[in-house]
Amino acid sequence: MGSTLEAAELAAVRADFPLLERTVRGGRPLVYLDSAATSQKPDVVLDAEQDFYLQRNAAVHRGAHQLAEEATEEFEDARARVASFVGVRPGELVWTTNATAGINLVAYAMSNASLGRGGAAARRFALHPGDEIVVTEAEHHANLVPWQELAARTGATLRWIGVADDGRLRTQELADVVTDRTRVLAFTHASNVTGAISDVAAFVARAREVGALTVLDACQSVPHVPVDLHGLGVDFAAFSGHKMLAPTGVGALYGRRELLDAMPPVTTGGSMVEVVTMTETTYAPPPQRFEAGTQMVSQAVAMGAAATYLDDLGMDAVAAHEAHLTGLLLDAVASVPGVRVIGPTDTRDRLANVSFVVDGVHAHDVGQVLDDAGVAVRVGHHCAQPLHRRFGIAATARASAAVYTTDEEIAVFREALAGVRAFFGLTDAAREVVA
Amino acid sequence: MTGSMEQLYQQVILDHAKYPHGRGLGESVEGAHSAQSHQVNPTCGDEVTLQVDVDDAGVVRGLRWEGQGCSISQASVSVLHDLVLDQPLETVGSLSETFRALLQSRGAGLDDEKAEDALGDAAAFTGVGRFSARVKCALLGWVALNDALIKTGVTPNHPEDV
Repeated sequence: MGSTLEAAELAAVRADFPLLERTVRGGRPLVYLDSAATSQKPDVVLDAEQDFYLQRNAAVHRGAHQLAEEATEEFEDARARVASFVGVRPGELVWTTNATAGINLVAYAMSNASLGRGGAAARRFALHPGDEIVVTEAEHHANLVPWQELAARTGATLRWIGVADDGRLRTQELADVVTDRTRVLAFTHASNVTGAISDVAAFVARAREVGALTVLDACQSVPHVPVDLHGLGVDFAAFSGHKMLAPTGVGALYGRRELLDAMPPVTTGGSMVEVVTMTETTYAPPPQRFEAGTQMVSQAVAMGAAATYLDDLGMDAVAAHEAHLTGLLLDAVASVPGVRVIGPTDTRDRLANVSFVVDGVHAHDVGQVLDDAGVAVRVGHHCAQPLHRRFGIAATARASAAVYTTDEEIAVFREALAGVRAFFGLTDAAREVVA
Repeated sequence: MTGSMEQLYQQVILDHAKYPHGRGLGESVEGAHSAQSHQVNPTCGDEVTLQVDVDDAGVVRGLRWEGQGCSISQASVSVLHDLVLDQPLETVGSLSETFRALLQSRGAGLDDEKAEDALGDAAAFTGVGRFSARVKCALLGWVALNDALIKTGVTPNHPEDV
């Protein structure tokens, strides 16, 4: 496969996603530009989940029968595929229900360590009054609220890196905001609103200077660009399955092995133990220590299939295709008078999710008019209220592409967007009179 | 545009959104029981702050509001303002019930034509019922009104009213 997707390859990709063929709102072809919220699923992923139930369904990591062996092998094989997909070892990848759960897992493990759980080895995770947690103003609520809560439970202070007018993080603030008191630096790899890709190297370098742990929200990056978590050097990273062509209900948390080894458990119960007596319990090594109770085996298997699907396409080709779409989306939005992008307007270090506001028209109303043309976009604050507040707005509309998005779909989006202001009686002629 | 879009965004809704009535918070009506409610739609950030003044006889004597949000949510509060100002609480209660029933009719409208006529401009929101995600937009102001009325402590069966 070449460096980007050829027309025939893209047609083949689209044929893998049956949902993309449906129509909406009175027979209009669906133009799905909401992949940053959740992606559509290819046949191979759906088949993997169904095949598991039809052929190998059994409880994993217990039972000596053949089905249990096959189920366990498939479950662990999926872990290995997803781990390899993001450049880490299988023993460093914990299954979670979603990325939010992964980030909360780290926050609550630190909370437990702060209470003395996990013994001496876990002291590196303990927070006390005077310690600081640093996030950014661009975070999805999933990488903000758990840290607010951890600060409230431990007496630590929450600080943050700001966002510049172009939507990019003010990386230069790292030197002042991240200090010897900083214990955790939690930041997004790419904003789900602005699409801006963070300078991970600068964040990791500053965190290492002060001995802080890094936690990366990799939800938006992993499905769209090649991600090598070992190469990035972060300590933890969370991402979800459903944004990377896999089902809902499954995600993954990466933790550097020595950190996972030292980290106390969060959810306790079956499957995560070694020896249990009536008074005390010793815990299994990671990743099982963090996987209490029956796991989402079929979804994990399907997430493994999704990783393989993307690997087969080649993430370089996926990224190149989406970089091309980013340019088209930015051009489309720029070509319509009265529309303003919230985020970088150049394609450098940027993903294909473009948020925008339309002068005089609320995002909900924008979305409704686009929907009438069959174009599905997200409207609202996209779980990033502080970022919207930063720009003095309550809501944006967001068009986001994925590997299956075509040039033609973005043209339909542009056409529909061009009609929005006229529909609400805000014609360009009227604007000129006012001006 | 499809017909359902024209039904959703009736001209009367667009007009109210553009030139809202009763907008701008201010002084309470003297001698009335006044209260305020702030309501937010957490999924989209639409918000409304509504002040209401009810006199001892249980009549709405003042209603002012401030808000930001989509045309449906803002127009709905504007229409609400015109409907309930100077009305007794009994009438406000039945208008509120009728409006909710209208939005739950999935765009079909109400069988009770008389009740629907009483809604005046609010009947233009019939088409909103077809779009389940937008029903809460239209109800935001009514939720604020209901909450503010409870806070005034005046009930339709106010003792002085009997």
